[in-house]
Amino acid sequence: MEKKTPLFAKHMALGADIQPFAGYLMPIRYDGVTGEHMAVRRSVGAFDLSHMGEFRVRGAGATAFLDHLLTNDAEVQPGKAYYSTMCYPDGGIVDDLIVYRISGQEYLMVVNASNIEKDWAWVESHMTGFDVSITDESDETALVAIQGPNSQAVAAKLTDAPLDGVGYYEHLTGTFAGVPALIARTGYTGEDGFEIYTNSRDAEAVWDGVMEAGREFGIVPVGLGARDTLRLEVGYPLYGNDIDHSVTPIEAKLGWVVKLKTPKDFIGREILERQRDEKPARNLVGLSVTGKGFPRHGTPLFQGDRQVGTVTSGSIAPALNTGVCLGLVEYGVRKNGTEMEAEVRGKRIPVKVVGIPFYSGGSRKS
Amino acid sequence: MSRIDEGIRYTESHEWVKKDGEDYIMGITDHAQHEMGEIVMVELPAQGAQAVRGEALGAIEAVKTAEDFYAPLDGKVVKVNGELDGNPGLVNEDPYGEGWLVVIRAVDPAQYDELLSPDQYRTLAGE
Repeated sequence: MEKKTPLFAKHMALGADIQPFAGYLMPIRYDGVTGEHMAVRRSVGAFDLSHMGEFRVRGAGATAFLDHLLTNDAEVQPGKAYYSTMCYPDGGIVDDLIVYRISGQEYLMVVNASNIEKDWAWVESHMTGFDVSITDESDETALVAIQGPNSQAVAAKLTDAPLDGVGYYEHLTGTFAGVPALIARTGYTGEDGFEIYTNSRDAEAVWDGVMEAGREFGIVPVGLGARDTLRLEVGYPLYGNDIDHSVTPIEAKLGWVVKLKTPKDFIGREILERQRDEKPARNLVGLSVTGKGFPRHGTPLFQGDRQVGTVTSGSIAPALNTGVCLGLVEYGVRKNGTEMEAEVRGKRIPVKVVGIPFYSGGSRKS
Repeated sequence: MSRIDEGIRYTESHEWVKKDGEDYIMGITDHAQHEMGEIVMVELPAQGAQAVRGEALGAIEAVKTAEDFYAPLDGKVVKVNGELDGNPGLVNEDPYGEGWLVVIRAVDPAQYDELLSPDQYRTLAGE
């Protein structure tokens, strides 16, 4: 039995196409993926992301605990957030997540909905020896994202909090649409935007407030379909598609979230350090479709008769009107400009390795 | 509610078939195009290709998914909708009209009568 987010009735009333996703009944699209996608690129869109998981970590040992558990450095200032991977000892990725540092001894980890149970078990099993307590707040936490160049104009109508002072990957607590909220300038679209975390019982107040405040900007509700094309267009990996237990952050070109330049020990360090030094066998790269067609997750990539990789995500890029993919390819064919072919339904479609992001016109501040 | 036209026949794989003199025009149903979302490419068979009932004849790529479409009848493809090359969205806009896919010359016209009636298709599609 799938769970419903506290905004389920809103999605039904909006006529959304609702499908099971990661154990939740989620809106996949409302009017259409392309229109929703372009609304976010050009103005602003609202997302219900209440399916995401939230774990609160508190205690004198919170920083040391997260430094042990996660590949990125937990020593950021309160009010800042960081993106990280969480790895197994073999370097494979348990999950990727955002961590908000609330105060000196308190953090909020935001994990993928599909991984909540697995992550919780993993996090809990590593607490021994650390002075921390952890709480799974996933069920009582709602998340509404406002994304697009007009996000701040919309958010500013709903809060007195000084949003100008909130930089990319920064956050504050305040009142939003009349309810207590964590207001963060984070997102998964390549655009400027905010993610508003509240108690589930306040979700409708936030959603209604955002839709009303956004009306003058032509705000639209955005489903998970456009969330996927938006993130793909800027080359962000998706857990379960592009990264998983079989992929390391070094292979996924996420070395920038692995604190190898610090002396800190963390789960997976030994393998990841060796992989950095000896180079990984493969890399996650961007691929632009130069032929006709749309390779998808699982499509094999060839050079001649030899398979050199596999597509991990693929779609049309609505803002570019071309096919784009992420793919795991052999290290030797990772460089920009390298040509290969995707085999779709027995036909070869030419593709070329290109830099990420595919779309670089976003309003993201950083 | 998607549109289900009268006077034509349907398949369990969500194609429609319309008798047109000696030949049979086919496309995908309104229900199918709605389920798929915005269609961005249609891969059609070559003119003259063999159509084998129940086997893939081509494919439709939407933003989020790709689906094969299947030959509803045995025969030969005598015409394909070239308009879809530049304007695949016609399948969304007008699935029973300008968004048609191919025309098949059937070898056994009796196969047409074995296809689903509009009422049978309505039940199948849950409309």
